[in-house]
Amino acid sequence: MLFGYNLSPILAQSVLGMVNGAFYALLSLGLAIIFGLLNIINFAHGALYMLGAVVSYLLLHFLGIGYWPALVLAPLIVGAFGVLLERTMINRLYKLDHLYGLLLTFGVALILEGIVRNSIGSSGVTYSVPEALRGATRLGFMIMPTYRLWVVVASFVICITTWLILEKTPIGATLRAATENAALVQSFGVNVPRLITLTYGAGVGLAGLAGVMAAPVYSVNPNMGSDVIIVVFAVVVIGGMGSILGSILTGFGLGLLEGLTKSIYPEASGVVVFVLMIVVLLTRPAGLFGKAA
Amino acid sequence: MSDTMLEVRGLNAWYGESHILHGVDFDVKPGEVVTLLGRNGAGKTTTMKSIMGLVGNRTGSVKFNGTETIGLRSDRIAHLGIAICPEERGIFASLNVTENLMLPPVIAPGGLSVAEIHELFPNLKERATSQGTKLSGGEQQMLAIGRILRTGAKLLLLDEPTEGLAPVIVQQIGRTIRAIKERGFTVLLVEQNFRFAATVADRHYVVDHGVVIDMIPNAELEQNMDKLHDYLGV
Ligand SMILES: Nc1ncnc2c1ncn2[C@@H]1O[C@H](COP(=O)(O)OP(=O)(O)OP(=O)(O)O)[C@@H](O)[C@H]1O
Ligand SMILES: [Mg+2]
Repeated sequence: MLFGYNLSPILAQSVLGMVNGAFYALLSLGLAIIFGLLNIINFAHGALYMLGAVVSYLLLHFLGIGYWPALVLAPLIVGAFGVLLERTMINRLYKLDHLYGLLLTFGVALILEGIVRNSIGSSGVTYSVPEALRGATRLGFMIMPTYRLWVVVASFVICITTWLILEKTPIGATLRAATENAALVQSFGVNVPRLITLTYGAGVGLAGLAGVMAAPVYSVNPNMGSDVIIVVFAVVVIGGMGSILGSILTGFGLGLLEGLTKSIYPEASGVVVFVLMIVVLLTRPAGLFGKAA
Repeated sequence: MSDTMLEVRGLNAWYGESHILHGVDFDVKPGEVVTLLGRNGAGKTTTMKSIMGLVGNRTGSVKFNGTETIGLRSDRIAHLGIAICPEERGIFASLNVTENLMLPPVIAPGGLSVAEIHELFPNLKERATSQGTKLSGGEQQMLAIGRILRTGAKLLLLDEPTEGLAPVIVQQIGRTIRAIKERGFTVLLVEQNFRFAATVADRHYVVDHGVVIDMIPNAELEQNMDKLHDYLGV
């Protein structure tokens, strides 16, 4: 007991909040990578996350392909769609104002949502938890659904792996350099247009991966992307546009904060992120981890 | 192989609406060190960038070992064997010294090994894990030159490598240029400081208002001093 609160439900809620945080982190990570290199605010990100969930549902129901293969296949399919999108449309916008990229990707998001609404309906479908991850796991201070525990751990591992690739490998160094000065990197003989395409594909693939992991947690429905993406944009603003580590930490941190708020003052749990966003914008406009321009 | 490595003919270049180069002509032979001299704003950097494909709007002809490059993208030009050390050095802040050094991909055999680069520039070895932009100006210049020596590019475009540097470092860069010439590299050098240029170069082209107005072999520099002072306004 602390200040009249029983700590253990608070802790439990916070850990459950981390499940949302895991999705925030995966999504804002992809957004940050894309924004860093392409200078485009990818408004289609939520819809592509939704697409990841829908693709894994379709794989299961039409081809009998289950969760584990879908974990690889759906991100590849969504990533390939992203590659196509970048090659045919987004790459025409680099010389124009940010606003055009935002409008285009927003339009793509609406189209994807419309197609999915027409094909599976707006109430959505369920995707069951894979056999191996059913039931609950005792964590000492709480009992946690095993699948949710998996989501938190897997997403953390994926985020850290992505970060390590960016920070510690030659391809990561090339990507960071291209984010700073793409023209010079290209003049060294790097095929920067291809790097950009693959980066967009990878960032979008991360969204697809988040979508597969989300399918058993939330219902698979056309709005699942727009529900989460608003919070994710707040995460990106709070963490600092384009900061990779910032987006990961802020994603998990805000999930935790939401969970905490839910147990202490549930009425505020839906707005706490946005209140924090306002505070951050007023005091540190570049974000918690961003460098002032 | 033909006698000229780089053949520039009627090169025009624009930044947006401003027409900067108005028909630049010159040649560089394999193994030469050739400079572009000229006043501030004459178009030396623009010439270098145009050769490298870094100016989008360019016309005329730039042939490298007989291959026309005027319509090529900069990464394709790099793969033919040209590399640039830009005027602003272009060291990446988000990369450490080693990452900066290893960034340009090797495009052909014949480049220097990292050990050889460290031998030329021992500072780069000592500061291997420092952030690129935390280096002193001289060290950043060494890094900007060092990283293109690795790639196997045969023609190196060095844009004012001595600008703003202390005399000892200028001397070190002079030694480096002579050493890489010994190794068979070809160098196109932009210099404001023609006294320095005279210690490394075979020939000098004078650029003014976006055209080449004269060529002076290094051996004839003394006789042409008055003319050169005139051109450069020094
Ligand atoms: N990005 C740009 N946009 C528009 N004009 C430019 C740009 N870069 C250079 N210029 C103009 O082009 C002209 C030639 O510039 P350039 O940099 O080639 O000269 P330079 O001979 O290298 O001069 P310096 O000795 O000062 O480096 C100048 O008048 C300059 O103002
Ligand atoms: Mg210049």
